[in-house]
Amino acid sequence: MGKIQLTIDNKIVEVEQGTTILKAARQAGIEIPTLCHMELHNMNIENKPGGCRICVVEVEGRRNLAPSCITEASPGMVIKTRNIRVLNARKTVLKLIASDHPFDCLVCAKSGDCELQSLAIQFGIRDIPYQGEKSTYRKDLSPSIIRDVDKCVMCRRCEMMCNEVQTVGALSAVNRGFMSVVAPAFEMDLEKSPCTYCGQCVSVCPTGALTEVDNTSQVLRTLSDPTKTVIVQTAPSVRAALGEEFGLEPGTLVTGKMVAALKELGFKYVFDTDFAADLTIIEEGTELLSRLKGHLNGDKNVKLPILTSCCPGWVNFFEHNFPDLLDVPSTAKSPQQMFGAIAKTYFADKIGVNRKDLVVVSIMPCLAKKYECQRDEFKVDGNPDVDFSISTRELAHFIKQANIDFLNLPDEEFDAPLGESTGAGVIFGNTGGVIEAACRTAYELFTGKSLEKVEFHQLRGIDGIRSATIDFDGLPVNIGIAHGLGNARKLLNEVRAGRSKYHAIEIMACPGGCIGGGGQPFHHGHSEILKARAGAIYSEDERKTLRKSHENPYIIKLYKDFLGEPGGHKAHSLLHTHYYDKSVEVTIEH
Amino acid sequence: MTVITLPEDKIEVRIKLSEDKIEKINEICDSFDNDPGELINVLHETQMTYGYLPAEVQEVIAHKLNISVAQVYGVVTFYSFFTMVPKGEHPISICMGTACYVRGAEKILEEFKNELNIKVGETTADGKFSLNCLRCVGACGLAPVAMIGDKVYGRIAPDGVKAILSEFE
Repeated sequence: MGKIQLTIDNKIVEVEQGTTILKAARQAGIEIPTLCHMELHNMNIENKPGGCRICVVEVEGRRNLAPSCITEASPGMVIKTRNIRVLNARKTVLKLIASDHPFDCLVCAKSGDCELQSLAIQFGIRDIPYQGEKSTYRKDLSPSIIRDVDKCVMCRRCEMMCNEVQTVGALSAVNRGFMSVVAPAFEMDLEKSPCTYCGQCVSVCPTGALTEVDNTSQVLRTLSDPTKTVIVQTAPSVRAALGEEFGLEPGTLVTGKMVAALKELGFKYVFDTDFAADLTIIEEGTELLSRLKGHLNGDKNVKLPILTSCCPGWVNFFEHNFPDLLDVPSTAKSPQQMFGAIAKTYFADKIGVNRKDLVVVSIMPCLAKKYECQRDEFKVDGNPDVDFSISTRELAHFIKQANIDFLNLPDEEFDAPLGESTGAGVIFGNTGGVIEAACRTAYELFTGKSLEKVEFHQLRGIDGIRSATIDFDGLPVNIGIAHGLGNARKLLNEVRAGRSKYHAIEIMACPGGCIGGGGQPFHHGHSEILKARAGAIYSEDERKTLRKSHENPYIIKLYKDFLGEPGGHKAHSLLHTHYYDKSVEVTIEH
Repeated sequence: MTVITLPEDKIEVRIKLSEDKIEKINEICDSFDNDPGELINVLHETQMTYGYLPAEVQEVIAHKLNISVAQVYGVVTFYSFFTMVPKGEHPISICMGTACYVRGAEKILEEFKNELNIKVGETTADGKFSLNCLRCVGACGLAPVAMIGDKVYGRIAPDGVKAILSEFE
């Protein structure tokens, strides 16, 4: 395609033919404000319904203003992005949008992170003169996500995420005009829809229309209850992103400060989900090896590929969409739930506390974890293994609420024994990390040899679907990796059709893996932020002396003193689960 | 298919579609090559065949065209032509386009609502009439306009509504 020239704000700009005015301006260093527009750079997806009209510009010779995100630049165009006509039009548009928006910014969960609010600040909006009717809709409360579509600006980003990226298909714009909302089919509650709680809709929502269920006040209440022993586990990717909420550069590791902050908040023991990740590798790796050996011995009942089962959004997805393949994923629980199961048995016994008085809190990059810890199969006599799960964002708010000077905290160490982990546990946060950790252990257990190099660079990267063949000392093991549920669906369709060439597949529901989870600081589709977080995770791995799960001395001790054999009876009852057919038949409700 | 009146409280009701009916819907989808881009045509033809598009029918279509039920529902609720409740034997549509509106369409609508004792989007208990609004039938010169079935009634006065309805008795 050829190049074209146009003039934007008196600058001559040369761009590829087919470029929108918005992008042409950005290439020339001119930032045009947007609201509904969003670009997911590494996925080649651009949300541009052209609906909000915030990005209007003046095109010489054109009667009306042009929405720059959907108008192609053409040769010789003369564009003004900041004359009085444009600025007034944008203000009017914003005031009209705001006129159908609740004025409850002071108490809104999104306050401070809201793109509508930011625009109102940027444009200097001081009054909303349009006193028309406001659209109202019921609030929809699910275990993980709250829908409050009174705050929706119909940017359709969530719809794009849910349908195009994740292929979950829970959300769509329904009805028409003033009555239109984004909702599940037949306007049923999210909880009844095929929603997986991956939270990617929340992570792209510009306003407070989609937010996570906030559990921090419950955590605060238990922390102040003297009869409770409250412990906490932190997922691998939290340490790689939490700093962003305090103004640190993406990719800054804040492991020590995070531990210190949690101790300041009053948690009795600060433990690491990475410990449970190591445990997951032992159980999942044992399962992989046993299926692999069965397969090599010609056992036709063996299900291959084995699919990882650490990601609760992914588990929800296959329970909804692939109920015929429920025996394919590993039965190993996720690290969050393994931690809870061990904490409320082994550790509770160790410190002599009744499980009902031990409260396990998890800090997760994830919203699906909130639902996961409420699942009935993860409760004993109604008492959940993990009591509350809060997101990275919620933790940041919690730290700020408690007026803790996060940036000046001295680094502190995790507590023993459930805070000790290897580098293999840390990399669980990245796409490809779980399977790399599994390979480090499975290779050594299978071959009886020691790995010369623990890094499997062929499993790393950011492409949505990746594959690699790992040489297990003469046995080629085919590995597939998918992140983002749309990519997962492609690999699953191959498995369903019997065409999958893989022995093992790692799946993470969120693009980038947990580092891009629905509970992480908002990254607005910037893949550079995800790459920085991934780099931080890998550097934490490199810094560890122990980098293979089966070498974690506390894991070895746990099996020796308590669990017995990996995959044995006790391990099975505590660390494994089963899956349910959740393929929803849509029901009408009145 | 039997028409079920849904209870007010939260009870889930499903209408089980017959095999024949599912087969027929599948045929309609096949005739459009199961192309998701043909959704509107598929819905149009299905409604022509069955009179309305209940949830279960939308589910079959979504499955066949490999799109989400939410998206099908989105299209069904966007176009006023599509309906999820069975229309009456004589479907009444009141034009609410600009010309009709300024010439008193709202009063005409009120009159129909009073005479039939139903709201917009509902069907009379005897299944005879259903009431809907639409935007412009292209007969602005005759405003205000209503359509009953395929027949257009122009220059309606509120006190003429009764007489129009009596034609169908």
